[in-house]
Amino acid sequence: MRPGFTDPVQDGQSCFRAVLEALSRPGRIQTVASGLTPPAALAPATAAVLLTLVDAETPLHHDAGEEADAWLRFHCGCPMAAAGDAAFVLSMGQPPAFASLCHGTDEEPERGATLIIQVKALEEGRGWRLRGPGIEHEHRLHVEGLPEGFLADRASRRGLFPRGVDVVLCAEDRLAALPRTTLAEEG
Amino acid sequence: MAYVAVKGGERAIGNAHAWLAETRRGDAAVPELEVAQIGQQLGLAVDRVMAEGSCYDRDLAALAIKQSKGDLIEAAFLLRAYRTTLPRFGYAEPLDTAAMLIRRRVSATYKDLPGGQVLGPTFDYTHRLLDFALAAAGEAPLPAPEAEAEDAVAPRVTELLSREGLMRREEDASEEPADLTRQPLSFPAARATRLQNLARGDEGFLLGLGYSTQRGYGNAHPFVGEIRQGSVSVFLMPPELGFEIEIGEIDVTECQMVNQFKGSRTEPPQFTRGYGLVLGHGERKAMSMALVDRALMADELGEDRTAPAQDEEFVLLHSDNVEATGFVEHLKLPHYVDFQSELEVVRLMRATVAANAEPEQVEP
Amino acid sequence: MNRDEAYNFAYLDENTKRMIRRALLKAVAIPGHQVPFGAREMPLPYGWGTGGIQVTAAVLGPKDVLKVIDQGADDTTNAVSIRRFFNRVAGVETTTHTADATIIQTRHRIPEARLTEAQIIVYQVPMPEPLFRLEPRLAETKRMHALADYGLMHVKLYEDIARHGHIATSYSYPVMVDGRYLMSPSPIPAFDNPKMDRMPALQLFGAGREKRIYAVPPYTDVRSLDFEDHPFRPHRANACCELCGSRTSYLDEVVTDDRGGRMFVCSDTDYCETRQEDQRAENAKGAAA
Repeated sequence: MRPGFTDPVQDGQSCFRAVLEALSRPGRIQTVASGLTPPAALAPATAAVLLTLVDAETPLHHDAGEEADAWLRFHCGCPMAAAGDAAFVLSMGQPPAFASLCHGTDEEPERGATLIIQVKALEEGRGWRLRGPGIEHEHRLHVEGLPEGFLADRASRRGLFPRGVDVVLCAEDRLAALPRTTLAEEG
Repeated sequence: MAYVAVKGGERAIGNAHAWLAETRRGDAAVPELEVAQIGQQLGLAVDRVMAEGSCYDRDLAALAIKQSKGDLIEAAFLLRAYRTTLPRFGYAEPLDTAAMLIRRRVSATYKDLPGGQVLGPTFDYTHRLLDFALAAAGEAPLPAPEAEAEDAVAPRVTELLSREGLMRREEDASEEPADLTRQPLSFPAARATRLQNLARGDEGFLLGLGYSTQRGYGNAHPFVGEIRQGSVSVFLMPPELGFEIEIGEIDVTECQMVNQFKGSRTEPPQFTRGYGLVLGHGERKAMSMALVDRALMADELGEDRTAPAQDEEFVLLHSDNVEATGFVEHLKLPHYVDFQSELEVVRLMRATVAANAEPEQVEP
Repeated sequence: MNRDEAYNFAYLDENTKRMIRRALLKAVAIPGHQVPFGAREMPLPYGWGTGGIQVTAAVLGPKDVLKVIDQGADDTTNAVSIRRFFNRVAGVETTTHTADATIIQTRHRIPEARLTEAQIIVYQVPMPEPLFRLEPRLAETKRMHALADYGLMHVKLYEDIARHGHIATSYSYPVMVDGRYLMSPSPIPAFDNPKMDRMPALQLFGAGREKRIYAVPPYTDVRSLDFEDHPFRPHRANACCELCGSRTSYLDEVVTDDRGGRMFVCSDTDYCETRQEDQRAENAKGAAA
């Protein structure tokens, strides 16, 4: 079994701050220096985010394969669930349709799922045009490794706000996020 | 007078703590109270702190009472703050109070019943006359006479009524009860959650509410079906073992109040129960809790919800004395920024009133 | 600074931190929405900043520099007490200089200096529900937030105007966040409300006793409720600070005798001291020249 965080307290804190910053400033790329050597399927950033946020109280759904499954069960102690029942959904690049994920309710929109997608690369300054809370004027984010139609599928859920799904994109040791409030257009 | 911005908060706090420690100890010529003495001789105070601190540990509760100079709410707070830092090994199996080793057991609804009436160590029939002999440190009292322990089973009174079909059956909630110390309350709250809340609620608050239900605020016709006090075993089922192991014994007080229920479209007339269970010996609290529990069942039983004790949000959100004392007492923290903003608005509104009044004054 | 090793870093256990962190992330994703969380009993009383303390404890890391203020001042007893707590359980560096802090925990004020993208401000919140004086029932206010049904609050403010000629709310003045959620800004004076609007820093709010967390992301619209014919107007005492001469900062009124004597000084002690230092430096330069 590959190890988890060397220092769960400090590594968890610094990774959390990266995710908090990413969701607070959508499209800005954060670097997670976790020193992790997770199972081959998982990028260090993906693994760090899961170790930081997922535990016995949060059902997880993933498509990362057997080795990752055993690793996640051991280190996070999380129950596994169908996509529609999961608080966290991990996708290796082909995420399930937004409509199939938990969006919370109008009274409890915080129950909407967090979708973590591992992608090939993230780059600032070109690509999608992002607007909304957390963004002064406009942020640009280029994402490599998402299926066509991802943004359109995401945009189709916008009318449901405050219900919704929040997205964290991970590539290598980097991550960026799209909370449900972010308006994203193809660049 | 020259103004100096208030400085030295740090030093003031240090000095206040030193003074507090000194007053806690009191006159050094008087022997210091030992934690064991508190545990032995102020047992009901210890029980109350364990119940409201929701942590069963007599020694820690006694220590908290000593540290808090006998302020029992402060002591409960100390115990709660300690309790939150403890790791969780697991959740115990439900207590079986039918198997209680009984020290006291009374029923008001039957003259006699299987298992008998056991008066136990109670203040009930003492005459409340100050005992000046206690002021002069005297000899330890003679041991109370002891009878042979009866092996008789003492079935719970509510069970006797249930067998006759006269007592509304409690539904066995198959769901795991929520843990109030981990999850915030939400409404409507399940009965298990309500009972958890009441069990650690403030005795005085529940007493007042319970009392109000007897005075017409809520539709109560209560009888004490049974009060029992004694020790019960606590069992844990570690998943890796797959069977129960006993991890210890605790003292609890249980009260089952019997209330008439006229019936509804779906249910025939029968009795319903209000339930109280408190850590340690806390009879007043267990009885009050049972009254309030019953009052809170108004919605389930299709009764009109008109009284404070029937109002779930009102009761559950104001029962916790650690929360309540914090928020009431926080009013003594500085609020001068808010007060300044109020001053400005009140001055502005007074100026507006004065300005509007002026033209009338100049008119002939 | 040495941390007390008897406690986990920042006091809370890691499970609790994870639970609070998840609540914080959802709070940021839904600006102004109150997220319930399993607030723990802290070793400080409810109502004295336990919500803010839990948020700070979940966010804080060893590289942070912490500033704690109460009523705008670093030296008020409760601010001192909270700073000592974090000093003991996290051993982090603390400061009184707004500009040097990465995390600012506050009760009742927003610093005068404009906060930056490198900062997080954590508000201590006694009552997170902006509607509680109008509707105390949580089940009911939850429904109102779900429907964005805030008519009750508008009616209340309008009645104020009809009766007094002014909106009579001077602190905890309700705001709309990103045009969707009505939010309590915590009991800051209305004077501070405009600072929340499109603030570059992340704003986090913790209510321990009420077990709610909410947030305003950076550069998010925060509008104080008002009417076209009665626009929102923040108030401050019409005076200047006796110590630094500021005419724009929020002032505390200090009673100096029992014959009506009073003076005004800045509520933000760091702002005031920085200005006084700058003035002294300026004067010294002038004298030397």
